[in-house]
Amino acid sequence: MEKQLLHITVNNEYHELYIKPKRLLVEVLRDELGLTGTKRGCNTGACCACTVLVDGAAVKSCSVLAIQADGKEVTTVEGLAEGDKLTPLQRSFLDHGAYQCGFCTSGMLISATALLNENPKPTKEQIKEAIHGNICRCTGYNSIIRAVQAVAKGQYREAG
Amino acid sequence: MIKDFAYFKASTVKEALDLLEEHKEDCKIICGGQSLLILMRQGLVAPKNLIDIKNVKELSHIDFNQKEGLKIGATTTHRAVEKSPVVRKHFPVLIEMEENLASVQTRNWGTIGGNLAHADPTGDPGPIFIALNARVKVSNKERERTLPLEGFFVDYFETVLEENELLLDVHLPVIPPKTAVVYEKFNIIKNDQGIVSVAVSMTASDDGLTCKDSRIVLGAAAATPIRAKQAEQLLIGQKLDDGLLEEVGLKASEESDPVPDIHATEEYRRELVKVLTKRMVKKAWNQSQTLA
Repeated sequence: MEKQLLHITVNNEYHELYIKPKRLLVEVLRDELGLTGTKRGCNTGACCACTVLVDGAAVKSCSVLAIQADGKEVTTVEGLAEGDKLTPLQRSFLDHGAYQCGFCTSGMLISATALLNENPKPTKEQIKEAIHGNICRCTGYNSIIRAVQAVAKGQYREAG
Repeated sequence: MIKDFAYFKASTVKEALDLLEEHKEDCKIICGGQSLLILMRQGLVAPKNLIDIKNVKELSHIDFNQKEGLKIGATTTHRAVEKSPVVRKHFPVLIEMEENLASVQTRNWGTIGGNLAHADPTGDPGPIFIALNARVKVSNKERERTLPLEGFFVDYFETVLEENELLLDVHLPVIPPKTAVVYEKFNIIKNDQGIVSVAVSMTASDDGLTCKDSRIVLGAAAATPIRAKQAEQLLIGQKLDDGLLEEVGLKASEESDPVPDIHATEEYRRELVKVLTKRMVKKAWNQSQTLA
């Protein structure tokens, strides 16, 4: 099947590449662009480990055709920190032991970032709702929720 | 592994309908693809042609006016419905439905039109929309037609859409006065697809003493969302009491035609239909009383 031209901006970097239309966004991010921070977990749309931002909205990159992201801006976990400077949320994850095995982390960070962008002072319930789809098989949800809460309370402002 | 397909992107309804006419054989429409891609990945659906309407902006809208009610375009995302102030004000039951529909990620990308056209009997919007007396507008290159959503679903993953037709929008009339609309789905994991769901609308009589009109719609209780029409009839003109509630629940359970699967047996689903119908009818009755 004929390859098609995809124009995509990932973490503020513009790319043009030829892909088969059946390629999923997660495949293009990982296999074409080498951005392996986005994890392919269940590959069935059930675990949200592959969550990325597309034009600011959290979506599952395993459930979106890459070609549907044509012309859009994608943010992956690699796009959160500025160089070595971690975001408040990333620092809070470290302090609260919210990384654990790390596999769900990129999805969790992206989902929580989307929440905080939309609502900088979420309640605990709103945090739980925002990461509801993100499965953590270490089952360390409480530390993740505490990490997001700490940022919402302003504990990580300006520091670092 | 997804099989290869030819991909066509439409930016307008006209483009989509032209593409559909041209490639209609062995063709699927994709919008959010939150359900379709799962089936494609499993190889259960392998279209030769895929027409993408995600960028058809003219179908992404939520309009409300007091006369005509609510119109939701087919490419409107679940999340847009969930965040819509007019929906929250005039159709709060839809907010409740959206907040319990899958994950934020799915709601951000998945669409109302996609959900309906996919025709999964466990879909959330179908039963509520039918309880709200929804109509859908569909079109091919030549003509548009509107039809009640109740007649839209034919069988598992099957609708009345012809191969060259596209779903354009869903239209929910203004909720009549003294009418309560409620919905509940039963599931094991919160926000998962429903094992059974029940939507009930109930209009109280002018004096508020009896039920003037009611719709009971069952989800995941047959191959399509279905109305429990005999159960509805038991309610009309009556005052609700415990005896009648029991009868209505039993009747709805008899009218359901559940298919067993890995989630639940037929008997279990029938029992759920009874319990949820009773619960929702009672809730709708109580709410309609406060409106009366």
